Amino acid sequence: MPDEIALKVSNLDVHYKDFQALWKVFLEAQKGEIVSVIGANGAGKSTLLNTIAGLLAPTQGAIECLGEKIDGLPPYKIVPIGITLVPEGRRIFPRLTVYENLIMGSYTPRTRSSRNEALKKIYQLFPVLKDRHNQMGDTLSGGEQQMLAIGRALMSNPKLILCDEISLGLAPVVIKSIYGRLRQINQEGITIVLVEQDIKRSLKVANRAYIMLEGKMVLEGEPSSISEEQVRKAYFGI
Amino acid sequence: MESLLQPILNGVLLGGLYAVIAIGMSTMFGIVKLVNLAHGDLMIMSSYLSLVIVAWLGVNPLWSLLGVVPVMFFVGFFIQDFLINRVLGKEMEPPLLVAFGLSIIVQNFLLLIFTPDARSLTTDLAVKTIPLGEHLNLAVLYLVDFLLGGAVILAVYLFFKNTYMGRAIRAASDDEMGASLMGVNTRKIYAYAMGIAMMTAGVAGVLVGMTFTFYPHTGPQYLIIAMGVVIIGGLGSMKGCLAGGLILALAQLLGAHFTSPGYQLLFGYGALLVVLGLRPQGLFGGKI
Repeated sequence: MPDEIALKVSNLDVHYKDFQALWKVFLEAQKGEIVSVIGANGAGKSTLLNTIAGLLAPTQGAIECLGEKIDGLPPYKIVPIGITLVPEGRRIFPRLTVYENLIMGSYTPRTRSSRNEALKKIYQLFPVLKDRHNQMGDTLSGGEQQMLAIGRALMSNPKLILCDEISLGLAPVVIKSIYGRLRQINQEGITIVLVEQDIKRSLKVANRAYIMLEGKMVLEGEPSSISEEQVRKAYFGI
Repeated sequence: MESLLQPILNGVLLGGLYAVIAIGMSTMFGIVKLVNLAHGDLMIMSSYLSLVIVAWLGVNPLWSLLGVVPVMFFVGFFIQDFLINRVLGKEMEPPLLVAFGLSIIVQNFLLLIFTPDARSLTTDLAVKTIPLGEHLNLAVLYLVDFLLGGAVILAVYLFFKNTYMGRAIRAASDDEMGASLMGVNTRKIYAYAMGIAMMTAGVAGVLVGMTFTFYPHTGPQYLIIAMGVVIIGGLGSMKGCLAGGLILALAQLLGAHFTSPGYQLLFGYGALLVVLGLRPQGLFGGKI
């Protein structure tokens, strides 16, 4: 089903009090796609993801996901629809064990019954989590924490995953392995929206890409059609 | 030596009671970073609630737990949902002030309805003892305090460890935003946590009411005990709660044994100071 829309953001304005962070932002992701959003620091990428996930409420515009209107809903109503955010900085629970962290991922009643199957799948995807299932979250290395954050997001049985800066602060070899897993997850039909500083890698994996600049979408297209010059312009304004 | 056994035995049993007085305070301290200054007063309120049930139905105070505990859950839930959640997340002071105000309101409400007279929940358990030796007697009421207190702490521990809601409460205390991204309605979860904390206060209130006399203004006295237990044991730790209760009670009773009962409180605070000096995060406390 290539032409079904998983996520459609239109005309989105978001304010932090008096400061407007997003200006008429749009974004679309088809089912099964990997969509990458790139842009400089402060361009509004994280704000966009946080708004989709329900952490921020938009002042204007609409977000539709899997046929449901989700703008302005709190996260606890958005997660059950099948949208999960892997947040920047991972935000795993330091004083819960790896296993408990994962179980928290299946907190919504809809996913509790299938949690053991989901857990099995995630242990297959990230065997290191199984080895460390009894360790506290804060004893994991950065890469393992990122795997835990992704695994935890998968526990909610999502149809759409939003990933915020998943390669931040990780060693290249770890990043490579995590991106390999992302592909695997995507092949199972889960739509992925990536926000990344690592432009090259995220363009390589994406079906489509958006470039943001100062709170606005400035470019949309297939990664191959985006030239280095356009990227440079978006990042440095020259 | 023989004569030492009695204060030690009493100290251990009283420690169980102290622990259950403190457990609700400790969990709210650890989870919502709320210093519930009304903890003692709400506990005494449940003593009065039990008094009403006992007077009305003429049952043993222990049976009144069946009424007191559920009522206290709702009291806690609504206090958190309607009062404290509104001021949460700003700074430390506003929730503190709300709790302080609540403490004054509860005290005066009790004063208004029940007058300042001393009350107690009378039970025939109070006079029963089991002789263990020539100079050693086991007070049955203290034993009940200890066993029920221990059971409450065990139940709270299992709840936090093994249920979705318990894990969600701990997760929210670790990282509120992370928990909300898992689909947890963190504000509601805090209200449930407070409800559970007040259920433990309900049990503590009935036990204290059976063991000691109480007045509308007795609350702060137990607040201080709860604070002491939490500080000795460490924030939000169940093991710490039990250990803190034992240490505080033993320090008080042994201190009183060697000097005079008038110095009982002094020795409790002495133990508190020693722990604060040597291990400020408490015996079982993690990083603060």
